[in-house]
Amino acid sequence: MPSYTVAEILRGLESGEFSSEELTQHYLDAIAARDGAINSFITVTPELALEQARRADALRAKGEAGALNGLPIAHKDIFCTEGVRTSCASKMLDNFVAPYNATVVEKLAASGVVCLGKTNLDEFAMGSSNETSYYGPVRNPWNNECVPGGSSGGSAAAVAAGLAPAATGTDTGGSIRQPAALCGLTGLKPSYGRVSRYGMIAFASSLDQGGPMTRTAEDAAILLQAMAGFDLRDSTSMDIPVPNYSATLGDSLQGKKIGIPKEYFSAGLDANIADAIHAALDEYKKLGAEIVEISLPRTELAVPCYYVLAPAEASTNLSRYDGVRYGYRCEDPKDLDDLYTRTREEGFGEEVKRRILVGTYALSAGFYDAYYRKAQQIRRLIRNDFVEAFKQVDLIAGPTTPNPAFKLGEKVSDPVTMYLEDIYTIAVNLAGLPAISIPAGFTGGKPIGLQLIGRDFDEAGLLNAAHQYQQVSDWHSQLAPGAAEGGQ
Amino acid sequence: MSLDQNDIAKLARLARIHITDDAVVDLQQRLGDILKMVDTMQAVDTQNIEPMANPYDAVQRLRADVVSEADQREAFQSIAPNTEDGLYLVPKVID
Amino acid sequence: MEWEIVIGLEVHVQLSTRSKIFSGASTAFGAQPNTQACAVDLALPGTLPVLNEQAVKDAVLFGLAINAEIDRSSVFERKNYFYPDLPKGYQTSQMDAPIVGPGVVEITLEDGSTRNIRVHHAHLEEDAGKSLHEDFHGMSGIDLNRAGTPLIEIVSEPDMRSAEEAVAYLRKLHSIVTYLGISDGDMSQGSMRCDANVSVRLKGEEEYGTRAETKNINSFRFVERAIKVEAQRQIDLLEDGGKVVQETRLYDSDKNETRSMRSKEEANDYRYFPCPDLLPVKIEEALIDQLRETMPELPDAKRERFESEYGLSGYDAGLLTTERAIADYFETVASSSGDAKLAANWVNGELSAALNRDGLAITGSPISAEQLGGLIQRIRDNTISGKIAKQVFEGLWNGEADSADSYIEAKGLKQVSDTGALAAMVDEIIAANPDQVEQYRAADDGKRKKLIGFFVGQIMKVSKGQANPGMVNKLLNEKLNG
Repeated sequence: MPSYTVAEILRGLESGEFSSEELTQHYLDAIAARDGAINSFITVTPELALEQARRADALRAKGEAGALNGLPIAHKDIFCTEGVRTSCASKMLDNFVAPYNATVVEKLAASGVVCLGKTNLDEFAMGSSNETSYYGPVRNPWNNECVPGGSSGGSAAAVAAGLAPAATGTDTGGSIRQPAALCGLTGLKPSYGRVSRYGMIAFASSLDQGGPMTRTAEDAAILLQAMAGFDLRDSTSMDIPVPNYSATLGDSLQGKKIGIPKEYFSAGLDANIADAIHAALDEYKKLGAEIVEISLPRTELAVPCYYVLAPAEASTNLSRYDGVRYGYRCEDPKDLDDLYTRTREEGFGEEVKRRILVGTYALSAGFYDAYYRKAQQIRRLIRNDFVEAFKQVDLIAGPTTPNPAFKLGEKVSDPVTMYLEDIYTIAVNLAGLPAISIPAGFTGGKPIGLQLIGRDFDEAGLLNAAHQYQQVSDWHSQLAPGAAEGGQ
Repeated sequence: MSLDQNDIAKLARLARIHITDDAVVDLQQRLGDILKMVDTMQAVDTQNIEPMANPYDAVQRLRADVVSEADQREAFQSIAPNTEDGLYLVPKVID
Repeated sequence: MEWEIVIGLEVHVQLSTRSKIFSGASTAFGAQPNTQACAVDLALPGTLPVLNEQAVKDAVLFGLAINAEIDRSSVFERKNYFYPDLPKGYQTSQMDAPIVGPGVVEITLEDGSTRNIRVHHAHLEEDAGKSLHEDFHGMSGIDLNRAGTPLIEIVSEPDMRSAEEAVAYLRKLHSIVTYLGISDGDMSQGSMRCDANVSVRLKGEEEYGTRAETKNINSFRFVERAIKVEAQRQIDLLEDGGKVVQETRLYDSDKNETRSMRSKEEANDYRYFPCPDLLPVKIEEALIDQLRETMPELPDAKRERFESEYGLSGYDAGLLTTERAIADYFETVASSSGDAKLAANWVNGELSAALNRDGLAITGSPISAEQLGGLIQRIRDNTISGKIAKQVFEGLWNGEADSADSYIEAKGLKQVSDTGALAAMVDEIIAANPDQVEQYRAADDGKRKKLIGFFVGQIMKVSKGQANPGMVNKLLNEKLNG
């Protein structure tokens, strides 16, 4: 069972090979047995999961099964789940039991999923290694000394370790794609506005986007189908029809043009990763695609631009954590000021505080034009580069990350080096585009990710291209050590 | 742009985060590094470029003026640190 | 030294939408604390704002009413500061691109002269909650029901030169927003609040003096007093060789003084930036046209119409048009009574005095416009005299009858116009007062006019005011002169 994909599980549930309750119990057992070493879950919800599973089985018996009826999944602990602690991996929200469901959670529940629990992440999704979590770091199932990537590191590790067949993630600068790459998974960041942000705890509002983390592109299509769609409660949600993603997975890539940005293959890219990407591109040629070299001249500006915009938005998004209405409150505040400053000193971790301060600086009087406004102008230039490129090509391909999973603690003391790990993923968020990372090989036993970037709202094109590659490669079906073991 | 300790103190004050003296030195270094990296933007000519807040330059959708939310005070206050008589309590607010 | 006072006002007007500006929670006044604070208002993690269409329409209507440019693309920004009544740690407001651009408000002063006060801009924003300072074991209580109530903040240019002008401007804004129906304008409930920027300079100087902002002025009366007392403070300070400090001050109505709000003095850096959860608001031409069509008649136009259509004086028309409810009331009285001038006299006179006496708004008047119209009809057709009419008015005010007619009937107040009965009364009075009759007959025409008043008064006394004064005069003239 642990090696089953979502598609296989749905077929198994449909055929009666197993019940949702059996399946859910299997994953709960696997989590109990093996998550101690990985730390991918912050909260496991066995009672809730089994109750939902039994309800799903009952619905199926009545012939009322939803599209994902009985499928167990895990939610990144950034999505509000009613009645279940939603911590965002912060001491600030350690005691926060959400009183409502995020739209994504609601939609997935409506299609019948079972919630196994809430996965670990970098605190408030701020990080690329899952080392900033209040609940401790997550370990990469492929190599326990390495990080799983971040910020959706818990979701990635859980799926890679066979503790869940799929999980939700969020991506602000690469937080779905980078951990997917580092853990050998398929991770899709949809176009900005495709998936509702309502109930998804905000990091950087103009960049955040939820998406699925799965083993295969086919699974990603199934999950996205249930997650995507216009939401009245999110002003930035786009009212654009959601196509049937599974229907076009099998389309031919004959004649498709794939652009390769020369800037993505410059110094700093691991040589083995470069080779693996080139090999993958050769497969695409065989599938009938044309490979075209393109230029994204502002590639190097993406990281500086992002590290102004994201902290600036975060600095004010996180002002609501003040110890008044919910969440952590410092002991015995002596006055109002003490309540604020000590609650926030004690409740936030170091990286979160750093980013709040950087963001506060970027917005402060006298610096706004030079930082925030400048970054928004550069953001437009970066998007314009992509708009130009998509006049020539249908997709853009390149590495997801410059390096494979690094060791825990290796980059903690040097935030800037850590930030540069996201060089290929960040520009995509700035431009609002959809992108997917899919497994494309290994280096030293660590997975390599291939990133495909699509036109606005062309998730279907991405999923099709990813699926076609997965028909001629088997990187995605390789399992991390231990993942094949049963729950007991 | 480098930051001195006063700058850090001012930012911490604006952000309402207490910072110990020890932490200031470390922050000065790290924020300095970040700002140095970020400052590579300054070389770019952005004259006449409209700042981009949303990738699609989309416009605000409007909600009909309808009361859709019921009273959930009990549920909301069950997760609050300190309430009394339906109010959230905080140390005395002085105007 | 002659000083000139320079005043600019920032007026916050709560819009009377049903739901909040960014959430579906109710805006009704007076609910139990925090029962109208939904997940969005409480800034629960993950919640997002969606803009209320009515708030946008209301702001556009206001802009049209002051002939302002409507910004076709306005932007919401976050104004960042920490305060317990501000759940998100920022107020969603507008700064660089407000929805209403520059406009003009014409004010009328007591001497009848008019002045134009320029409005710099008006923007949409959300209200904060309330901190309750009663003692909860040394703590304050926070009620967030008001958080997220839509406001327009109307920012004037520093165009006012006296406290009276400021009050006239505020009253004019009040009548505009209530005419438009976009706010109830109730200052006692905080629906309209005013901050005053006051500075002083020597008469003839070009440069403005340093200004201080006085907050928390919550009635028309306090606006006048706060500005006067603050201007005097600045003048005293300057005359003693001191300097005015740019600061925020609070008006204390009990002590009638302003005092520095040190808590707000901390170097504020609001770090305004466009709210990434909201997109630019585009106002289509079609919406503006549609709103322009639905625009009610505004106070200035109504005043002019009252003068020309009803032949009222500028003063009367001005009084009747300060509030739309008063104007509507008057028009109903005028049409049901058939006499606009009498209607104006009664609404501005007896009714207004009674409302003031009992602290009521026109909407709470115990006498309906139709009832008052009926009363005036009976004056016009001589059923009752003006004096009896006041008695009937009191009766109706106290709910003793449901119409003037039934009250007159029940109390037997019908004017005596029966010639026979009146002639008997006249004979009786002439017989009882021979000295006065002699005096009258000896007088010339000029004096006779005065002296006849005595006889009229006597007859009114015996008739308990019910004698028809015209007929009494006629009969007296006949009998005394004849």
